Amino acid sequence: MTDSPTPMTTRLDGEAPEIEVSFDIVKRGAYAAPVIVAVCAVFAGLDGVFSALYGMALVLVNFLCAAGLVAVTARISLGLMMGAVLFGYIGRLGLIYLALVLVRDASWISLTALGLTIIVTHLGLLVWEMRYVAASLAYPGLKPRRK
Amino acid sequence: MEALSALVAAFDPAEGDALKAAEAASTSGFAYGLAAFGSAIGIGFLVGKSVEAMARQPEAAGMVRTTMFLGIAFTEALALIGFVVFILIGL
Repeated sequence: MTDSPTPMTTRLDGEAPEIEVSFDIVKRGAYAAPVIVAVCAVFAGLDGVFSALYGMALVLVNFLCAAGLVAVTARISLGLMMGAVLFGYIGRLGLIYLALVLVRDASWISLTALGLTIIVTHLGLLVWEMRYVAASLAYPGLKPRRK
Repeated sequence: MEALSALVAAFDPAEGDALKAAEAASTSGFAYGLAAFGSAIGIGFLVGKSVEAMARQPEAAGMVRTTMFLGIAFTEALALIGFVVFILIGL
């Protein structure tokens, strides 16, 4: 009987697809930013602009942190990756809470615009990226190449 | 609880407002806790199954990691929605 690989000893070297996905999400976020900022400016004025920028920055940094955590820990052990994802989730929620508490009383913040920006940006960018990922998994031949 | 806050408001409007604010804060905090708890269970299940799949079949790890990352982000969106409700109502 041969030893089967266990999650604690298995490590994944090579490319980190989540880094590529998160950079792609950031790129799409840059495309979507003017639209979101403009919508928030219409509804909440200058406060909406600052809130939308702050909210988008929070969401994009959150994606990058999540991807970095998975990429770094997967090179060490899958068990460590699992622990890092779970504790990273708690840590990132705590950081988002801290980031919101720090600015909640600022004169330039609109909490409604900020909250809606966080939800819309997070879900919108994910759905946008999901379409690309689903297409490249289902039809690998159509996967766009990097130039 | 609503009857109590109405009763207090009848005697002292300022105290009634404070009670309403306290109710909103505790309710929204509870909602955020539930949202974060549900997402944590979802992420734990998702990552556990993904790690199992990657350990069994390392050659499919790239595909599993990609879908796992997107799954984590989608599950986390539930916690973020709870968090936004929390900041809009209770913070």
